[in-house]
Amino acid sequence: MIPELGNFALILAFCLSIVLGTLPIIGAARDNTLWMSLARPLTAGVFVFLSISLVILGYSFVTDDFSVQFVANHSNTNLPLQYKITAVWGGHEGSFLFWTWMLGGWMLAVAIFSKSVPEEFIARVLGVMGLICVGYTLFMLATSNPFDRVLPLPPADGADLNAALQDFAFIVHPPSLYMGYVGFSVVFAFAVAALLSGRLDAAWARWCRPWANAAWAILTLGLSLGSWWAYYELGWGGWWAWDPVENPPLITWLLGAAMIHSLAATEKRGVFKSWTVLLAIMAFASSLLGTFITRSGLLTSVHAFATDPTRGVYILGFLGLIVGGSLLLYAIRAPILKSEFGFGNWSREVFLLANNLILVVASAAILLGTLYPMVYQAVSGGDLISVGPPYFNTIFVPLMGILVVLLGIGPVARWKRTSREYLRQQLTRVAIAAVVLGVAIPVLLTMSVPLGTIGVCVLALWIMFSMLRDVASKVANKPSLMAGLKSLPVSYWGMQLAHFGFVMTMAGACLTSIYSIERSVLLQAGQQADLGRYTFVFEGTRPVQGPNYIADEGTIRVLREGEFLRTLHPQKQLYTASNTPATHMGIDGRFLRDLFVTLGDPRDNGAWSMTLYVKPFVRWIWLGTIFIAFGGILAVTDKRYRRYKVSKQAAADEQPAEARLAGEH
Amino acid sequence: MKNLKLFLPVIVFAVLAVFMWRGLYLDSRTLPSMLIDRELPDFELRTLELGDQLATVEDLPDEPFILNIWGSYCLPCLQENPIFMAAREQDLVPIIGVNYKDTDNAAREWLDINGNPFTLNIVDDTGRYGIDLGVYGAPETFIVDANGFIRYKHIGTIDYRAWQDEIMPVVRQLQSENQVAGS
Repeated sequence: MIPELGNFALILAFCLSIVLGTLPIIGAARDNTLWMSLARPLTAGVFVFLSISLVILGYSFVTDDFSVQFVANHSNTNLPLQYKITAVWGGHEGSFLFWTWMLGGWMLAVAIFSKSVPEEFIARVLGVMGLICVGYTLFMLATSNPFDRVLPLPPADGADLNAALQDFAFIVHPPSLYMGYVGFSVVFAFAVAALLSGRLDAAWARWCRPWANAAWAILTLGLSLGSWWAYYELGWGGWWAWDPVENPPLITWLLGAAMIHSLAATEKRGVFKSWTVLLAIMAFASSLLGTFITRSGLLTSVHAFATDPTRGVYILGFLGLIVGGSLLLYAIRAPILKSEFGFGNWSREVFLLANNLILVVASAAILLGTLYPMVYQAVSGGDLISVGPPYFNTIFVPLMGILVVLLGIGPVARWKRTSREYLRQQLTRVAIAAVVLGVAIPVLLTMSVPLGTIGVCVLALWIMFSMLRDVASKVANKPSLMAGLKSLPVSYWGMQLAHFGFVMTMAGACLTSIYSIERSVLLQAGQQADLGRYTFVFEGTRPVQGPNYIADEGTIRVLREGEFLRTLHPQKQLYTASNTPATHMGIDGRFLRDLFVTLGDPRDNGAWSMTLYVKPFVRWIWLGTIFIAFGGILAVTDKRYRRYKVSKQAAADEQPAEARLAGEH
Repeated sequence: MKNLKLFLPVIVFAVLAVFMWRGLYLDSRTLPSMLIDRELPDFELRTLELGDQLATVEDLPDEPFILNIWGSYCLPCLQENPIFMAAREQDLVPIIGVNYKDTDNAAREWLDINGNPFTLNIVDDTGRYGIDLGVYGAPETFIVDANGFIRYKHIGTIDYRAWQDEIMPVVRQLQSENQVAGS
């Protein structure tokens, strides 16, 4: 009975979304205030019913209602409570409900936090999001209903949650990834609303920016958590595999990054308007594409949820309708979005344009690499090829290198026009210092000439110094250092923090690729193996009993140059309900390096196969993304997004007047 | 003319969408199986024949056999069936079915109507064993030797030609290997 209530709530949410997707939009077109004012209450209704639905699915998991197919497939009586709850997003149907609920949450947030935006505009934004919600809820009801029952004979016990998903990171990775992903639909809705109403000005960009920043920052965290989870749970010692299902979020992330930069130019200077709109549509399209790829079985991958062509056809149809429709709307309406200000050769606009170009090229290259096997198969009629990491690395690494070089100049450059002398005066010493120290430090530390490391150091120092230089020159005219630092807007600090994090992540990724070492060994208790400066002494294994698994736990003492460092306990687990093996790494994580041991299989003579890794700087990758995300969130809290209480008419007249003041940030 | 370029995104998207639509229906012929020359993965699953008793690797023939992934929803499986039926009548090689992501009732009905060429039908309704086998979809066919090692994998439908030119040569070779080992 209870699951049927969940289903019923889902149907009600679907019906309300239909009304939300039509009446307010029509009302906005016909200037019907009543219809427009329906948008907010309808949004609340959709959210409430989606929440009921989600809570009931969670309830079915907690109460072990195995008559629900989805619960039977993804849970088990012995599953610990926290994983019973998170199993809600442990499979296709439930995760899609969760995803739709996230959309409802964003819609509600827009309804609540956009009081300063004109009613007519918000009606359109919520209406567009309502249409997206119609698509999602219908998809669930038609092809993947999480409340489907196994009747009349429900199984006595469930099949258990995939062992790799029974982990803390799995509790937090999907929610943050989905939340970021779905957040791009807010920006998309703003873009479509702008196309529909024909009004796209500085005020629009200012309404839009906090949402874009927030969605992007959260997506950053989601991606990072996914990479971290892959690193310590899957046991292959890697943190990114260019897997066809990892790539779409990265594409979305890159397009999102391009978009928040181009939005900055649109807000401050009224330029790149139609480009910003196009980026908003593309970022959202790429998030839908990610859904399509994961859930249709188009590309086979370790992540793929289900291979069911009906679902694929449905999502593709939805993708065609929403993305094709909005791109068509863009083609027809974009001419009215004229950019009114020109800019000079060395202005910040030019650097932002370069940033956008690089990010879009990078995402296009990744998209090409991801879809190429499919296109090739379609054209050649059956042969399958696979595009591997070498392709992605060859393209991605140099592009990011160029991006980082420009990243040192862009924030220093001024809006509209920057004299070359100014840039030279600001950056010459910075460049010299970066090159000298960037070469000297690695050479002195390693007593050789490691070219890759030198490149990384030079680029990283280049950014750090140019940031410091920029802060220094901004506070130079202020009475005191503290007063100067305080006078800089919050969004400026957000930007600097995010850029710092980006450099940290890049440096970590490069250095760990250069310096990681690994070794597979076969050890009997008491034997030892050396790797780099470390000695790993295997002390044997003992059986361990977990809540729903049994395991052999190894004890490995790690010595560094003969001195005891610490003990690691990797496990080889067997999840009893599903009879699936899993591994639990032994990791010693430090700021400068990780030691990482995976336990393989026992041999007849009592020896265990195991793989030892030393991975310098790997932690920087994830630490950096925390800075990026925090920077993005910080920028959202900037007062100026809430300062303007614009009336409908005043907002329409407003031009980017503050652009002239904006040279300072 | 100038505005035509604004239609570029929608055109690019349309082309991409056509490819994706095609991609959905392509024969999921994928990378060669990682499992070739590995042991058949363990399982403990229901069968259509043995009631409540679970089948394991032990229940499989100790001679070379064919393992066919099928489902009642799968049209190409219908095409393969007469070939397998003929093989069964002539007692060429045992064929084990893996009823993949299907329901028992639909599977039984399908076998009643079309004939049952399988000596045993392992039920993999959740597709979990399919994951172990690296199955992308029905039909897929494995040839397993007398020691339980996977020796050959065919993705997609087996027609008469594939049966004669691909499947049977491998089966005959394995059968003769088995006889040599046994004698």
